[in-house]
Amino acid sequence: MSVASVFALCAAAAVGLGLYGLLVSPQPLRKILAFNLLGSGVFVLFGVVARRGAAAGFASDPIPQALVITGIVVAFSATALAVALLLRLLQVSGSATLAAHSSARANRDLAGT
Amino acid sequence: MPDPAPALDAVTAGAFLLVLAIVIPVAGVLAAFAAGGRWVERIALSTLPFGLAIAVAIAIALWRTDAPIVYLLGGWAPPLGVALRADGLSALMMAITAVVICGVGVFARADFRIPAGATEARAPFAFWILLLAIWAALNMVFVAGDLFTLYVALELLTFAAVPLVSLDGRAETLQAALRYLIFALLGSAFYLVGSALLYGAYGTLDIVLLSHQLRAQPATLVAAALMTVGLLAKTALFPLHLWLPPAHAGAPAACSAVLSALVVKGSFFIVVRLWFGVMPGLPGGAAAQLLAALGAAAIVLGSIVALRQERLKLLVAYSTLAQIGYLFLMFPLAFDPATARLASGGALAGGILQAISHATAKAAMFMSAGLIYAALGHDRISEVAGVARALPLSVLAFALGGVALIGPPASGAYLAKNLLLQAAGDSGQWWWAVVIQAGGMFTAGYWLLVLVHTLARGDASAALRARVSRLQEAAALALALCSLSLGLFPWDAYLAIPAGAAASNPLTLKALSSVLWPIMGGAVLATLLGRSGLPSARVRVEDFLVAVIGPVRRGALVLSGTIERVDDALRQWPVAAISLLVIAILLGAAMQAAQSLD
Repeated sequence: MSVASVFALCAAAAVGLGLYGLLVSPQPLRKILAFNLLGSGVFVLFGVVARRGAAAGFASDPIPQALVITGIVVAFSATALAVALLLRLLQVSGSATLAAHSSARANRDLAGT
Repeated sequence: MPDPAPALDAVTAGAFLLVLAIVIPVAGVLAAFAAGGRWVERIALSTLPFGLAIAVAIAIALWRTDAPIVYLLGGWAPPLGVALRADGLSALMMAITAVVICGVGVFARADFRIPAGATEARAPFAFWILLLAIWAALNMVFVAGDLFTLYVALELLTFAAVPLVSLDGRAETLQAALRYLIFALLGSAFYLVGSALLYGAYGTLDIVLLSHQLRAQPATLVAAALMTVGLLAKTALFPLHLWLPPAHAGAPAACSAVLSALVVKGSFFIVVRLWFGVMPGLPGGAAAQLLAALGAAAIVLGSIVALRQERLKLLVAYSTLAQIGYLFLMFPLAFDPATARLASGGALAGGILQAISHATAKAAMFMSAGLIYAALGHDRISEVAGVARALPLSVLAFALGGVALIGPPASGAYLAKNLLLQAAGDSGQWWWAVVIQAGGMFTAGYWLLVLVHTLARGDASAALRARVSRLQEAAALALALCSLSLGLFPWDAYLAIPAGAAASNPLTLKALSSVLWPIMGGAVLATLLGRSGLPSARVRVEDFLVAVIGPVRRGALVLSGTIERVDDALRQWPVAAISLLVIAILLGAAMQAAQSLD
């Protein structure tokens, strides 16, 4: 098995774990962490692509690395924004949850008052 | 054997306009940020005319040359460099974005005033900067020439749109913003995986180069499915709409107008670029039918839940959900079975026109709903009786915005609907013609429900809590009128419109019936499904009809209540996330099936 295949499998595992975390964990902070894990998996995938030297037959391709750096900056800003929103939510409401507000329930409440 | 790489495009005349379209709003953001709270509104407002002028200049330049405008960053040609390209679609979307942003800017002045005595305030500071940031991101989406630039533009758009949701800082708006952000991040991760796979397979992400090299191999199909579904999550297509209703519930009116009119169109535009620009031969008929089926479900569910809303703002938000579904009906209509490719013909023109006329009309509707809320202190539909007398211009703007969505002759929606119906007729897909007509009836249904309540007798003028600025009403009215007259614009220079679709006498019986049928159907739907029914139906005629209508209406209410509970269930986080995965798998399977048929 080549080095690229090993890293590709690692990337797939990280993406899978991140996706699982985003799906099942109810706490927003864990969702944010899961998103970061998912993102790391994608960045490793870009690394694999660079290693295989997809473009123009170079031994290793520099463009995916440029893309990954941009991707990391984007993921970092996304995490910062999400954590800032989460902290503010915790300050304002005392609890941090993403539980859906049911419109049917809200309508029933309005009708009841 | 794929085509050999095309002659690489060189910088064309007028290319600097594309750079200016991105740089000017960004310069506005930076200047406003540096100058601080007291100056931010002035800087933002003085940026608006420049941005509008650039959008108009790009539209005129394209009209003259008829070929896309291309700019190569640093003079490097793809695949090594990055290109910006503007074709007819980009020019139209940029122009309509500029118009809506200017309308919102005029509208928002009164809402985001710095309180007397204070030198600066948080909400106005954030709003003006974010408005310019959204503009820059959208222009970047429209002119980006490669898939990674599109990714960056899409993320900028999301990061600028999310804080708009929580501008007033209450707990439920923060929660809505966080839900929106995390779900959008899930979508963009899918998009990024897709672009990594495409780069790995082809060594370029440039749209033109990719479209020449793309072959149907497993990596490409997986990438296409993942990217599409990621974009659908950001567009809030049913059943991936969990973030949209709560985001609109607490956002200020100007922010809702921007979110609904423009932000969801950004990711929709990338879907169009991907399917029509990058891989027209790849998706096949089944995947296109799947997208349109989701759109049809969005129309039915969004409209029925809209009819059951207590609050005007949420009714308009659910109407957005339904109208987003309308945008996806064009995909199977554009599919040409003879060549197994998506054709950029009348159906695509109809879809883009629908997006444009929805942008202006929905911005007007959110603005007027916001004005009614500001004046009454609430927006409960059952208690707005008499508001038409107290705020005639606001209600007029709402009414005209709704009419523009239904599509009377000369409106953009009329032309769009004709193009889509014509494409449905030509390709023999009558079922989508039925959905298009039913969609018009549903639209008329919730529009009538609101209108009848506002026109009912009542003493809302006594209950007015605040005066409404004339300028705000004028901004909403101007956008509604813009949507109503879009059908008169010469679209042929930008879109491939088949001959005969645009030229129709607006006074023929057929043209008139295109408005009357939806309104009559809408009246029936609103009577049957509306939460509070139509108040004007409480005349004596009802005594005769009540025995007939009563049981039917009870049955219809049970049905619509069930649909509302389905919507609640779909908006739970795990359900929405699993739907995302299921749609990705279905899309991939549909594309694979289409390829193995060939």
